[in-house]
Amino acid sequence: MAKNERKFLKGNEAVAHGALAAGCRCFFGYPITPQNDIPEFMSKAIVDAGGEFVQAESEVAAANMLLGAGACGIRAMTSSSSPGVSLKQEAISYMAGSDIPAVIVNMSRGGPGLGDIGPSQGDYYQSTRGGGHGDYRTLVLAPGTVQEAFDLTMLAFDLAFKYRNPVLVLGDAIVGQMKEPVLMRPAVKVSKAEGKSWRLEGKGTRKPRIIKSLFLDDGALADQNRRLQAKYEAMRAEIMAEEFQVKDAELVVVAFGSIGRIAKTAVRKLRAKGKKVGLFRPITLFPFPDAALAKLAKAGKKFLTIEHNLGQMVDDVRLAVRAHADSGFFGVYPGDMPSPEDFEEPILKALRRKK
Amino acid sequence: MSAATKEQEVLAFERPEVMADRATHYCPGCHHGVAHRLVAELLTEMELVEKTICVTSIGCSVFLYNYLLVDSVEAPHGRAPAVATGVKRARPDNFVLTYQGDGDLASIGMAEIMHCANRGERVSVVFVNNTVYGMTGGQMAPTTLIGQKTTTCPGGRCREHEGMPIKMAEIIAGLGGVVFSARAALNNVKNIRQAKKFLKTAFEVQTKGLGFGFVELLSACPTNWKMNPVKANQRIETEMIPYFPLGIYKDLSNEGGVC
Repeated sequence: MAKNERKFLKGNEAVAHGALAAGCRCFFGYPITPQNDIPEFMSKAIVDAGGEFVQAESEVAAANMLLGAGACGIRAMTSSSSPGVSLKQEAISYMAGSDIPAVIVNMSRGGPGLGDIGPSQGDYYQSTRGGGHGDYRTLVLAPGTVQEAFDLTMLAFDLAFKYRNPVLVLGDAIVGQMKEPVLMRPAVKVSKAEGKSWRLEGKGTRKPRIIKSLFLDDGALADQNRRLQAKYEAMRAEIMAEEFQVKDAELVVVAFGSIGRIAKTAVRKLRAKGKKVGLFRPITLFPFPDAALAKLAKAGKKFLTIEHNLGQMVDDVRLAVRAHADSGFFGVYPGDMPSPEDFEEPILKALRRKK
Repeated sequence: MSAATKEQEVLAFERPEVMADRATHYCPGCHHGVAHRLVAELLTEMELVEKTICVTSIGCSVFLYNYLLVDSVEAPHGRAPAVATGVKRARPDNFVLTYQGDGDLASIGMAEIMHCANRGERVSVVFVNNTVYGMTGGQMAPTTLIGQKTTTCPGGRCREHEGMPIKMAEIIAGLGGVVFSARAALNNVKNIRQAKKFLKTAFEVQTKGLGFGFVELLSACPTNWKMNPVKANQRIETEMIPYFPLGIYKDLSNEGGVC
């Protein structure tokens, strides 16, 4: 690859390129709109790169294939969209419970049920609260641009192996389908020793290894949960957020992913009119950047959370700022397409609010 | 025991090293122990122990990894063939095995087994059919025989309400990716020997890279059948084998596999 090579890519394609650059060697997919570009691209590209592609019989099977490859310490992924990701929750819970690294991409769409094939952020709760059964968390990375779709997918693999945990990349139909120039990062060389202390590869002459999530002995499951919670706490080291013109802002708009980007345009427009507003865009949704928000609250800012759903992340924002402030909420209904103009009036209204 | 009688002891039955030296949690008369042993013997004889990755399933045999000392991963209920697909694609040079019961394989995991077989994944599947959900306490299974009473068909399985028991070895044989599909029983020495022969072929079609191998093992569950072990063994002969005939349903192992 030429140095500083740029490509004009769809978000979905950027995810696939990012995965390949990160050394992903197994892809398990199933068709669902609006993420089909990912398995279509991978069906050739990952094979050309010496890897494996399987179009699974279902989302359930794809996620369980991912479990198998992850248990072997191989960089592997699956991608889907909301209804398909619901089906993957079984395996995600098992992978979390068994300390298996994996990358799951959700280019989310409108729900509930079959919903539509347009953008939505209705899967925030599912993504950040575990989504399946049991007390577990996955790291959640939320790209707002096509470049971030590439970069965060690359990062997802490193984090999955660093923590031996599933990592979600949560985009939506906007991020997945729009085209932008992307700076192609050079491919990493995955160490042959990655996962050497735990991965399955046949026992050879060592003791056999068991990767499992069943713990029946007295106290064993409590120990496992204690260990997992400590791991989730350690993930706080990965917290990322973008702050845009918050320093002198009276009101901070909190929005993630594509809505964060649309809100940024609204903030720019209002700044041009002399309004003291800024943007806070969480990039890791779990762990949530609560300390940075609390700091802004302590500094006396007002908050408005904008989401493409009926109010999910706003719960985390309110928890983060609760000692000093509260957050208003403006929701775009899944099924509607927002524009920056739609956000101006709600932002101005929140700016006029007392606190 | 006196020294004199000790000297006369002849070791007729050695424990393969790959089997843990411990008592199992299985009930008296259960055939899981026999099935485990056959797998252990073959892994040893075929020199596969060091490169085996076993995918365990949900049911009584979930603890297979406590008895069979190989690298193992636990699959969610029914998903072992999908997990095995991921393992084999990630590590094509390893020997990959699933061990599943009838509820796991033929009910909740029907989609996964069908497609794994149809793709011709280079994996081997050991299917233990005892016509009942054992671990959860004896509920109706997809292979429960007509008239058989379980905790969820207390009047006996009825064709009109629950449909007919599913014949997996025959169904699997009909799929394109399958190189070997057979059914044996574990109720007597003759049948156990046949089971081992079938398992060996199923393992060989993987080691030779030919395709998918499947062996169904008719097994006893005396506890949930509410029978003593002898009666349970007899039931296999008189009730199960007539409905689930033993034999090879497909064998392309001498024809170079499927693709």
